[in-house]
Amino acid sequence: MAINRRGFLKTLGVAGISLTVGKSFGAAREEKNAVEFNGILYDSTLCSGCQSCEYACSDKYELPYPTDAPVPGVVRTTSDKQRVAVNAYNTSKGPQHIRKACNHCNEPACASACLTKAMLKTDEGPVIWREEKCMGCRSCMISCPFDIPKFEFDSPNPKIQKCRMCYEELMKGDVPACVEVCPQEALTFGKRKDLIELARTRIYAEPEKYNHNIYGEHEVGGTGLLYLASVPFEELGLRKDLGTTSYPEYNKTFLYSVPAVLILWPAFLLGLHNSFKERRSNILKGKEDGHEE
Amino acid sequence: MKSEQSTGFLKFILRELKPKGKIITPFNIISALTILVAAVILVFRFKDGLGSVIHGSQDAPWGLWINFNVITGVAFAGGGFVVTFMVYILGLEKYRPIVRATVLYALLSYMFYAGALLLDLGRPWKVINPIIGNSFGISSVLFLVAWHFLLYMGSLFAEFFPTIAEWANLKRLRKVFASMTLAAVIFGIALSTLHQSGLGALFLMAKPKIHPLWYSEFIPILFFISSIFAGLSLVIIMETINQKVFWRNMSFMHKSSHRNIVLGLARVSAVSMFVYFFMTILVFLHGKNLAYLNTSWGYWYMMEILGFVLLPCMMFLYGYRQRQLTAVRIAAIMSVVGIILNRMNVSTIAYQWYAHSIHFPTWMEIVVSVAVIFVQILVFRWIIRRMPVYRESPSWVTGEEQKKSFKQKEERRKKWMVSAG
Ligand code: SF4
Ligand code: SF4
Repeated sequence: MAINRRGFLKTLGVAGISLTVGKSFGAAREEKNAVEFNGILYDSTLCSGCQSCEYACSDKYELPYPTDAPVPGVVRTTSDKQRVAVNAYNTSKGPQHIRKACNHCNEPACASACLTKAMLKTDEGPVIWREEKCMGCRSCMISCPFDIPKFEFDSPNPKIQKCRMCYEELMKGDVPACVEVCPQEALTFGKRKDLIELARTRIYAEPEKYNHNIYGEHEVGGTGLLYLASVPFEELGLRKDLGTTSYPEYNKTFLYSVPAVLILWPAFLLGLHNSFKERRSNILKGKEDGHEE
Repeated sequence: MKSEQSTGFLKFILRELKPKGKIITPFNIISALTILVAAVILVFRFKDGLGSVIHGSQDAPWGLWINFNVITGVAFAGGGFVVTFMVYILGLEKYRPIVRATVLYALLSYMFYAGALLLDLGRPWKVINPIIGNSFGISSVLFLVAWHFLLYMGSLFAEFFPTIAEWANLKRLRKVFASMTLAAVIFGIALSTLHQSGLGALFLMAKPKIHPLWYSEFIPILFFISSIFAGLSLVIIMETINQKVFWRNMSFMHKSSHRNIVLGLARVSAVSMFVYFFMTILVFLHGKNLAYLNTSWGYWYMMEILGFVLLPCMMFLYGYRQRQLTAVRIAAIMSVVGIILNRMNVSTIAYQWYAHSIHFPTWMEIVVSVAVIFVQILVFRWIIRRMPVYRESPSWVTGEEQKKSFKQKEERRKKWMVSAG
């Protein structure tokens, strides 16, 4: 394919534009420095299902009080009016309770799906939703592997409802409302790293009592919420098929190929166009309304 | 002088705004009614929230407006980039007569489906956030798709503008825009590649929620390839209908080449469908999904892949070989159904497939979805009846171009003379 100088320059120009556009996308994928995230350890063997955390959360965020109590056989979920839900299960080791709320993933799917950065993984660990940014597209809901973000379908000014680990309290040096209120001390707030140590210590101390895994240590690339249980987690309705890959990872191939496509495709197309030009001008019957020749 | 000119232009616009053709036709009545009802529904949507009109559930957060109008509809707008690729890049002049109509169709699709997106946003007044740059969620696929939509609309507009200019007699502007066509086409193809596949990439993180027969890490590639024949099939159907409806607005050249164009498109569709089919099989084997085949989901999957991809693919081929327009048209309709099936499967039907309730849209959701399409068709018709989309360009354009091509011929002759010594 013979490229004349002008054609070459043109190709270069297109590639150049794409390069600058492409770069800005590429740069954004650079990882943040790993910081020590905060987290919450939830020991389901201590949980009595009293719903204190639900009430405390409703109080704090001005949501209605829960109207039902956990009973085995009924799965309660978080909703646009409830950020945390406690469930009861009949397990191989008798009735057990389990709490469901945002897991504050280390690399959250919701935040990487959000096109306005309304969902944000803070440096401190909590994943928070910011009203002033959100446009209500609900891709966070599509992407969250735990189906946590909930949307107020019945409001003309809808919000996304989801646990924010009482981010503002943390900044003041306090602990989340649910941790503070739990009468069984089933919830412990702290640095994620220390919490994993604590969880391990409990397992070592009472190996008979505990399932030897910590849910959330590796799930979906690690989560801020860590779960201890006496039975396999599936018995408590936790999904074990989510894998240990962080969810934004699934997008990476696509996102990385964007700059490449933006650079190579136009250059290739222009080359193709030029090589067909000769043929084009032969067939041309004065119907050209393209570029100047 | 200036004001005289602008009043003249205003008069021209006012004259053109008047309807042409019969007003009371079944189509007009039905579409007007639908649009009216949709408008009422939308009042409620903004007054009482999305949930008051759509089946908004926490498990299936996206309703028909996104999953059908945007995710499915945009696939059908794929004709825009395929046809411009064939004409401007490969120089297949045969398809020149349909370029303008396809580009127009694509442009309107993007405009109205982006509109549908706005209706579906919970907080549309914040839509400006990812655009003006105070909060760029750059790692978000949706962010890319949104930007590519926007830029692509721009390049489609640039591609279509010469037609508008010919209609409104804007000679100088026409020239400016016509000189940008190639750049717009190239940029447009790159953007289309990315956002057609990007629509698939939106579901990449929904891995645990989509049935394994429909989920794979290759969704973006499959979405891109299928948008090629989705777009072309729609062009075939559109051309078939428009042949009848806009007979009077069509140039002689167009009418006479209709058959050849449709057959040519059938061949391209068949090839891209075969590639798609082949890739689907590879993805299927790669995913070790054999176990799912003998379930009801498996049957549903096979119906989609065999019945609405492989079968229309063969029919396209048959129609092309036998020069049978009817076969091609049926194949086109089937492949359109196949694309709807595929997109709805990924986004709605096989999404949260383990949930027990079936997610079915409300009638209001459907009315608005259909109304959006009606508006698109009405605007399309309005433009075709007025602008030289199917018609010959006005004489001042053809005159100029004849001059140009004469000059080219002259140059070529000279070159030839030189090289011949
Ligand atoms: S659990 Fe869901 S909502 Fe919470 S951080 Fe992870 S992805 Fe986001
Ligand atoms: S709904 Fe809001 S928070 Fe969720 S992805 Fe969209 S913009 Fe982000």
